[in-house]
Parts: sequence; C-alpha cells; structure tokens
Amino acid sequence: MVSSLLLNTVQLGVKSLMLHKLRSGLTMLGIIFGVCSVIAMLAIGEGASYEAQERIKRLGSTNVIINSFKPPEENDDSGSNRSSEIDYGLTYEDAARLQTTIPNVGDVVPMRIIRENIRFGRNQVSGQVIGTLSAYPKVQGLDIVRGRFLSEMDDKHQRNVCVITKGLAERLFPYQDPLVNTIRIQAVYYEVIGMVQETGTIEQRPQKGESEGEPIDNNVYIPLSTARARFGETIVRRSSGGFSAERVELHRIIAKLNDTESVLTAEPQIKQLLKRFHEKKDYELIVPLQLLMEAEATKRMFNIVLGSIAAISLLVGGIGIMNIMLATVTERTREIGVRRALGAKKKDIITQFLIETIVLSVGGGLIGVIIGIATPLLVSYFTSMMTVITPWSVLLAFGISGLTGIVFGLYPASQAAKLDPIEALRHE
Amino acid sequence: MPDPEAIIQIKDVEKIFQVGEIEVRALRGVDLTITQGSYVAIMGPSGSGKSTMLNILGCLDRPTRGQYYLGGEDVSQMDDDTLSAARGKRLGFIFQSYNLIAQLTVIENIQVPLIYQGVELKDYEERCKELADLVGLADRMDHRPTQLSGGQQQRVAIARSLVNDPLMILADEPTGNLDSQTEQEVLEIIEKLNADGKTIVMVTHEDAVAERAQRVVHMLDGVIDREVHN
Repeated sequence: MVSSLLLNTVQLGVKSLMLHKLRSGLTMLGIIFGVCSVIAMLAIGEGASYEAQERIKRLGSTNVIINSFKPPEENDDSGSNRSSEIDYGLTYEDAARLQTTIPNVGDVVPMRIIRENIRFGRNQVSGQVIGTLSAYPKVQGLDIVRGRFLSEMDDKHQRNVCVITKGLAERLFPYQDPLVNTIRIQAVYYEVIGMVQETGTIEQRPQKGESEGEPIDNNVYIPLSTARARFGETIVRRSSGGFSAERVELHRIIAKLNDTESVLTAEPQIKQLLKRFHEKKDYELIVPLQLLMEAEATKRMFNIVLGSIAAISLLVGGIGIMNIMLATVTERTREIGVRRALGAKKKDIITQFLIETIVLSVGGGLIGVIIGIATPLLVSYFTSMMTVITPWSVLLAFGISGLTGIVFGLYPASQAAKLDPIEALRHE
Repeated sequence: MPDPEAIIQIKDVEKIFQVGEIEVRALRGVDLTITQGSYVAIMGPSGSGKSTMLNILGCLDRPTRGQYYLGGEDVSQMDDDTLSAARGKRLGFIFQSYNLIAQLTVIENIQVPLIYQGVELKDYEERCKELADLVGLADRMDHRPTQLSGGQQQRVAIARSLVNDPLMILADEPTGNLDSQTEQEVLEIIEKLNADGKTIVMVTHEDAVAERAQRVVHMLDGVIDREVHN
C-alpha cells in the first residue's frame, strides 16, 4: 500500500519533471558536474598517490637506506688542483656498527655500486655492478627467476660469480642461455649463477659525470668481497685536463628493522651514530616509512581540498535545485490547492515535492556517476596517468547528491505544504 | 446533537476574518440542514458570504464559531490532517475552472483522490473506467487535459468527484466557463447523479442554473436571506 503510493509519487515526479525537459536537464547539470568531478578528481588523485606510495613501499617500509653522498667540494686552491683524490662516504665499519648498536635491527646489507661496461662476446651493455651480501634479496624486493642468488660461501671465497637482472640478460644474451655462460667486466670473467627480476629498485640518482636515461635494471650482483678485490676502493675517472679519483668504501647500506615501529626510533639513533664517525655530511638517509607517511599526509590534505571543492560544487548544484523547485511550487500553486481539496495532507504535498527534488538530484547523481567513472578511464586510456576509482568515492558522491536533494528539497516542499488550500485554489 | 437524517447540519456558524486591523464577519450565524439525496443551490451577490460558506462546507476552512456536522461527525474543530482526510473521503469537488492536473491523463486525473486514500489503485481500475464511461469519455482515457474541450474537462472533473463515492458533491459555478450547449450537458449529468441518489450542493449566480435545483438558498451579508423550494 505504502509502496504503491511511493511508486505513484515517483512516477508523478518523473512526469512533472518531463514536462519541462530543458529546465530539469539544466538543473541536473549542477549535480552531474558535482558528482562527476568528485569521482574523477578522486580517481586521478588516488592514482597519482597510489603510484608514489607503491614506489615508496617497494623500497621497503621497514628499511632505512643510507647512501654515500659526495659532499660539496671545498677547494681552497681551486683551479690548480684539478687532479685530486677525494675520500668520502660510508665505510665497512659503519655497516658493522649499525649491525651491533642499533636495537631491533635485522639485516644490514652493505653495497658497492660501480658503473661498468658488461660484456658478453661482442655484446656490451653499460650497467651497474653491485657488490653485496647474500641477505640482499631479504631487504629488497627481488624475484629469483632462475638459478640462485649469491651465497655466503661465494663471498667467503671471493668467487667470480654473478647474478644478473632479467633486463640485462635480455640485452646481453639475445640468443643464448645466460646461465651456462660467463660475462666479462673489465678483464675479469664471472660465471652467471642466477637471474633475478627486481620488484623494487631504488631510483638511481645519476652521479656527476654519469649519463642519464639508461635502463635502471642493468644490474650485475657480485659478492662484496669479490667487488672489493677486483675493483679496489678507489675509482679513477679520466676527464679532460686531468683525472679525479674517488675513494668510497660503500655506496649504500640498507638496514632492515624488525618492524615499522622500530624504524622511527632507529632513525635518530642511526643519524647520531653516523654523525659521530663522519666529519662531513657525506651520507644521506632515506626512510621509506617516513616518505610513506608524508605521502599519506599529502594525500589527506589533497582529499580535504578535494572534499571542499566537491562540497562547494554540490552546494551550488543544490541551490540551483532549490531555486527551480521554489519556482515550480509557485507555478503549481493551483495544482497544490486542487490536491489539498481532493484529500492530500500536508505531508503528502511535502512528499510529492521532496521526491521530485530527489528524482532530480539522484538522476543527476546517476548520470554524474557514469560520467565520473568514464572520465578517469578515458584519462588513463589517452594518457599514461594512472587512475584508481575507489568504490567509496562513488558511494560518497552519489550519497551526497541524494542528500543534497533532501536538504535542498525540504524548504520548497514545506513552502508548498504551507499554502492555504483556499488561496492556492484561487491562484491564477 | 446532530440530526441523524441530515448529511449536513450547520448550527449558528460564524466566520470572522482578520484583514489587517479590520475584522470582516463573512458569516454571521448560519443554520443549514441538508438531507441525503437533495439538490441545493446557493446563490447570492458577491460579498454575501457564499464562497466562505462553500469553503466551510468543503472542509477547506473551519468556522470561527458554531458546529458543522458532516455525516454526523463534527468537523468544525478538526485539525488539518483529519480535515484533509474528511475531504478526501466524504466530499467530491467540481470547480469552475475544472482544475485538472495538466501532467496527468484523463484516467489518472480521475484516480487522484484515491491516491490520498492510500488504496491500491489496481483495485479501482474498473471503477475509474466506468466513471469515464459514465461521463462519456471512455474513448479519451489517455488524453491530457490540454487535448480536451472545456465541457470534456468538466466531465472529467465530475468523474473525479465521484471516484471516492462521496457523501456530497460540492460544485462551485460548475458551468461558469462553459457555453450554453455544454452547460446543458453538464447540468444533465449532475441531475442524473442526483436522480441516482447523490447529494449535490452547488454555488451559482445564474438563476437559470439555480432553478433546476430542488432548493435554492439565497445568502446576503453573511446570513441566509431566504430559501426557495422548487
């Protein structure tokens, strides 16, 4: 009984709105744009922050990454001293100290990173030779595609073995199986024992004099002891008019903490520890967890801004609806009088106009949802931007549009109900 | 106590309007009794109080003083909702300007009073069709009011006034907007309804129309001046 009355009222609402198609359409536009912009903007924003967060997460949220960092040069006799050797960066001792003094620390993985040409037969690819320990896969996302990773024994015996990334394998061994071959770096041959795929790569900041734009997955992993023995600790670079030599023991140390809480307590301790043994600030700390928290804070901020914009646009849409409904009430005063005379109670009139407003706003909301979902999909399709349509944003936008209908429909509806039936009947 | 024979019994009804500073006494003590099946015309010059009388009879307004028994129930002090329910259940209205709802078809217009009774419209489909047939519009049930002539629209209004099987039909100048040909047609329908036992109360200022009623009530200055039985 109640449902048939409601259905009837909804049908009537649609009919009344269809009498003025253009007017109803224009009124709906406000809500359509409001809902559509909320969904589309949230999807684009969510996509952007999702990418950033994924990148950070891949660094490992329980990791603290310490990079060697070439301090700004303080040349007191600049110009004359073109050939120099500078000594900076993290040391093996640093790694050992981190392991022993920082509470809740798990694996501490030191890394030497050297740019070299990697050769196989006539093929030659420029890549990174990374000297590290067997624990490396535990701290960095690394899928072992074939073979195995470096072992403790490899390091102990300074074996000339290496693990290469899939990307490098494809470039270096287009037609051969890398696992039965050896690669050459400088004059030394290394046996390929495994192939890995990196799921997380620390974005390499190209250091001075190094070319940019190379693929970042041209990596060769060799035992740290082998790297130390084969490459030494001084890297000499010839440039026009002289040479520069850099003496760096370790380029990076990754310390994995046992849990995320420990990361935040460990960070100042690590800083303290390094500060005591480094005169200059020749290292930098990256705490992915902090970056993640910052990214989340930014996202929250973004959501607040977005929410305000959405609220304003829906408010404007709502005012548009209220305006039209007030005009409709005036226009249909006579109809209201007739209905009252024929037995309609005040609440029947309120229901009628409220439902009409809700039909407008929910109809607009539905169209807005469709356009709002289509927009990010199109954006993703035509640009490389990533978008994520979250169900809650659709529900939120749609819910607010329905709520707008109720809030902004109440006043015109109550105005309609307040009309005196006699006056309303007399209205021209 | 209400007269059990009477469908309508009005006792010493007064209606006072406050227009700014001035008190307007539209009705100054009216007594009227209308029995089942009668056909009453109310006449009077403008300002005589006949519109106020009609509004009170139609439960659209409440008297300032006095009692109004509609079908034995005192409706003079009912609240807005109960009064609306009383209108919807017991009264049928016919207006001078038809007052059909433009966005609804003929059959839907006839159904409007039922909507507010909270009944299942499906159960009344037959009845609405019969009523459309009764007023000679069976072939136009899906037309909109704008597609109908004045006489046809008024016939839809008559059908609508009957749908809830009211105690009484209140007609406010039902032929005021019609030419003499259609006026006759509409009056004939009303007379036929009366012959079938419906109580009709009609406000008019045309003598020719009033003469066809059994009883003519003349109002003047807020009181019943005289009554004529035809």
